[in-house]
Amino acid sequence: MSLVAVVAVLPPSFLLAWLLSRGRFPGKLLLDALVHLPLVLPPVVTGWFLLLLFGRTGPIGAWTEHWLGLVFIFRWTGAALAAAVMALPLMVRAIRLSLDAVDRRLEGAARTLGASPARVFATITLPLCIPGVLAALVLGFARSLGEFGATITFASNIPGETRTLPLAIYTSLQVPGGEASVTRLALVSVVLSLLALVGSELIARRAGAGRGGHVI
Amino acid sequence: MSFDVDVEKRLGERRIAACFRSEAGITALFGRSGAGKTSVLNMIAGLLTPDRGHVVVNREILFGDGVNLPPEKRHAGYVFQEDRLFPHYTVAGNLTYGRRSHEREAEWMSFDAVVDFLGLAALLERMPISLSGGEAQRVAIGRALLSAPRFLLMDEPLSSLDAARRDEIMRVIERIRDELKLPILYVSHDRAEVDRLAAQIVALD
Repeated sequence: MSLVAVVAVLPPSFLLAWLLSRGRFPGKLLLDALVHLPLVLPPVVTGWFLLLLFGRTGPIGAWTEHWLGLVFIFRWTGAALAAAVMALPLMVRAIRLSLDAVDRRLEGAARTLGASPARVFATITLPLCIPGVLAALVLGFARSLGEFGATITFASNIPGETRTLPLAIYTSLQVPGGEASVTRLALVSVVLSLLALVGSELIARRAGAGRGGHVI
Repeated sequence: MSFDVDVEKRLGERRIAACFRSEAGITALFGRSGAGKTSVLNMIAGLLTPDRGHVVVNREILFGDGVNLPPEKRHAGYVFQEDRLFPHYTVAGNLTYGRRSHEREAEWMSFDAVVDFLGLAALLERMPISLSGGEAQRVAIGRALLSAPRFLLMDEPLSSLDAARRDEIMRVIERIRDELKLPILYVSHDRAEVDRLAAQIVALD
């Protein structure tokens, strides 16, 4: 679920990061603020906004159900959506920082060597910001794994459907004698998070061979 | 072979202007640091758009009269002040980066010829980070030559090098001038360097 959320939200994150890093347009500050909203709002409020927008009668929710047959509320897709929205600002930030760090002069050099803007992007910009994209994936994954407030507000806490790891831990804590399963779930989250961190660090090292690209 | 340049650009408080014609093999753009020499090169390469004027090289209009070719269509071989090698490609990858963009028939100097010309054979598998300043600058020159340029722009290519390396690169530039017959626009603030290399000097202030 977290994986779906993070992978689905990666392209829009990259696009937004690109706009915020390179674009010059009116309303850029507003877009910047909107993107960061889920980071500063109480997650429950974000969840409630999602409820308004993506509920079965909400403007977007009604549209997706009618045209795509996609229902978010009380479904795992809703939990994924909540996780994605919460992960978005962190991912945009990480990718944007790495885009800012790409030396524009290298892109200029590539242009004088005959490369079109599209080729410059594919051969220079993208490879040079891969460590940032990986960092974004890890951050986004961790964020969506830990997402609680927006999920419980928007998608509820339904076993096997929208019960995410933190919701499961919370539920077990409410039950007398649930400590064993809490320990088990906590261990699972530690292992998942560690795997994501170590894996992305390894990829970044390989991608950054000789240049010292790091996620952690 | 010729440069016909008349450009003007306002960057913040500064006004950068250059106007010159040259038929010489190497034309030096000479002036104190901060006079906007690099900006003039960038305008000729298409990395910076002049406010007005024209850039004509070898009778081809690159800018002016409603024309504004993008940098990739100008066929400039640009050697920057710092090497600007792509850090994620090997030396060989850097050398061939500009090659694919042109028809092979237009490739007037083969890969092997450039490697031989600049003495790069031992460096091909290395990454740019492991090169010395002189080696990196030689690779940067080779990369520019392999993009089948119609003219070369050199922005203080010796400034980051020690005395021994400067002489080595200077000899390479003289060979490009004498053997390859490419028009070169050479930016420098060092009078001795300019006197040795250039047939025509354009002062910029």
